[in-house]
Amino acid sequence: MAAQDTTKEVGQTELKRTALHGLHTALGAKMVPFAGYDMPVQYSLGVLKEHLHTREKAGLFDVGHMGQCFITAEDGTFATAAAALEALVPASISDMEPGQQRYTQLLNDEGGILDDLMVSRINMTGHDHMIYLVVNAGCKNADFAHLDANLPDGVNLSVKDDTLSLVALQGPKAVDIIATLNSDIAKLVFMTHGEFELSLPDGAIYAHISRSGYTGEDGVEISAKHDDMVRLVGHLLQHDDVEMIGLGARDSLRLEAGLCLYGNDIDTTTSPIEASLIWSVQKHRRSGEGYLGAARVAQDLKVKTRRLVGLKPEGRAPARAHTEIQDAEGNRIGEITSGGFGPSVGGPVAMGYVDVPHNKAGTSVNLIIRGKAQPATVVKLPFVPNRYFRGE
Amino acid sequence: MTLKFTKDHEWVRVEGDTATMGISAYAAKQLGDVVFVELPEVGAEFGQGDELAVVESVKAASEVYAPIGGEVTEVNEALEGAPETVNASPDGDGWFAKLTVTNASDLDALMDEAAYKEYCEAL
Repeated sequence: MAAQDTTKEVGQTELKRTALHGLHTALGAKMVPFAGYDMPVQYSLGVLKEHLHTREKAGLFDVGHMGQCFITAEDGTFATAAAALEALVPASISDMEPGQQRYTQLLNDEGGILDDLMVSRINMTGHDHMIYLVVNAGCKNADFAHLDANLPDGVNLSVKDDTLSLVALQGPKAVDIIATLNSDIAKLVFMTHGEFELSLPDGAIYAHISRSGYTGEDGVEISAKHDDMVRLVGHLLQHDDVEMIGLGARDSLRLEAGLCLYGNDIDTTTSPIEASLIWSVQKHRRSGEGYLGAARVAQDLKVKTRRLVGLKPEGRAPARAHTEIQDAEGNRIGEITSGGFGPSVGGPVAMGYVDVPHNKAGTSVNLIIRGKAQPATVVKLPFVPNRYFRGE
Repeated sequence: MTLKFTKDHEWVRVEGDTATMGISAYAAKQLGDVVFVELPEVGAEFGQGDELAVVESVKAASEVYAPIGGEVTEVNEALEGAPETVNASPDGDGWFAKLTVTNASDLDALMDEAAYKEYCEAL
């Protein structure tokens, strides 16, 4: 038997460690190299049970390998900082209110995706001119270099990886659990955030908390100083409903939720429109002007070539990344970019690019798995209904 | 007869002229929850070490090789509906296939249980 672990990367140099590394190894996690970090791919529960636990209760993810940074303008205004970032992403930033969060992408000048990221406008008196970004671990060094090179004079980037940790607490019980430390957290709605004091038994800590995540579940992402995070995680793990969840289940959860993984589903060869991320490009940002790569966004809206879609195999065989997609006549019409077994779906699920017009939901296609054509259907994403909290 | 093991973590048990094969408990544990097994067709012939089946966990697909050469006489169709049997009983109900024994000397290259245990401990 020969395992092909897709998480593993070749060429191990000195792997970095998050502030929670000691906890992972103490819990018996299986550690793998990921984006230059030694990260837990699974704990003793295993990927399947970790996935289901997150959908049923609350899963705690160490995402401290991701990049955290601030963009601020020397003139102290939000407008200047927002205008600078807005020149590099398709999302509208200038109209963001304090406490608001948006998903967007950094584009190159051809409109290819350099990375996808979360953008927040800080919600704190005296600091609401600051923009906070969370970017992917595997891209962060390139992202920071890109931002440094492209932000105008008077707008500065401040990288916080050396001081801040990041975790995600996801699942239907996540907010109830974190709100025991500060009941105001429960007032946040999806894609908003704030600064909160968390009353831990051994002394309060301060954290930046957003009601967001990447599992399709309700939940929060929590940024705090490294030492404070170690204490917070230790406290959260005492709760019966909280389990640590590894990268394996993080991947199957986001796939069922229909969320893109950078490097699999999106990269410099794909545009936000091809990746079906048009929802993240506000209407007035589709004109072809105003930011790096804007022309590609407008062009891809006009000349429709291919789209990222959900694919549901009819049989039980998972279709992994790079599986060829064919039409009924055997013509190649695309390729799977993410695929596997969806524990909550109870069967295989996949996402991939198909040529227009095969992207319509309900289209029958064939997936070529180990040389055999396996029937599948183009479906609307997500595979599992998302459970974001958008208010009562 | 007792089990014999390959370095790739397949086991084989020869009874008369039939060899039953599957993956070891060590392999099943390393894989985690098995969600799909692609079995060969009855009548297919394999040489020792040929790719015979594919076993998939949530995360990844792994090839399973023929521990000895032979022709497939039966496959464990129960795995189609219950792939988790591979985790629950890797060297019992979780068997993959039965083969004819083409060349009994294929077994000489395999490890007995004690040697395999030692091999796994060194991994």
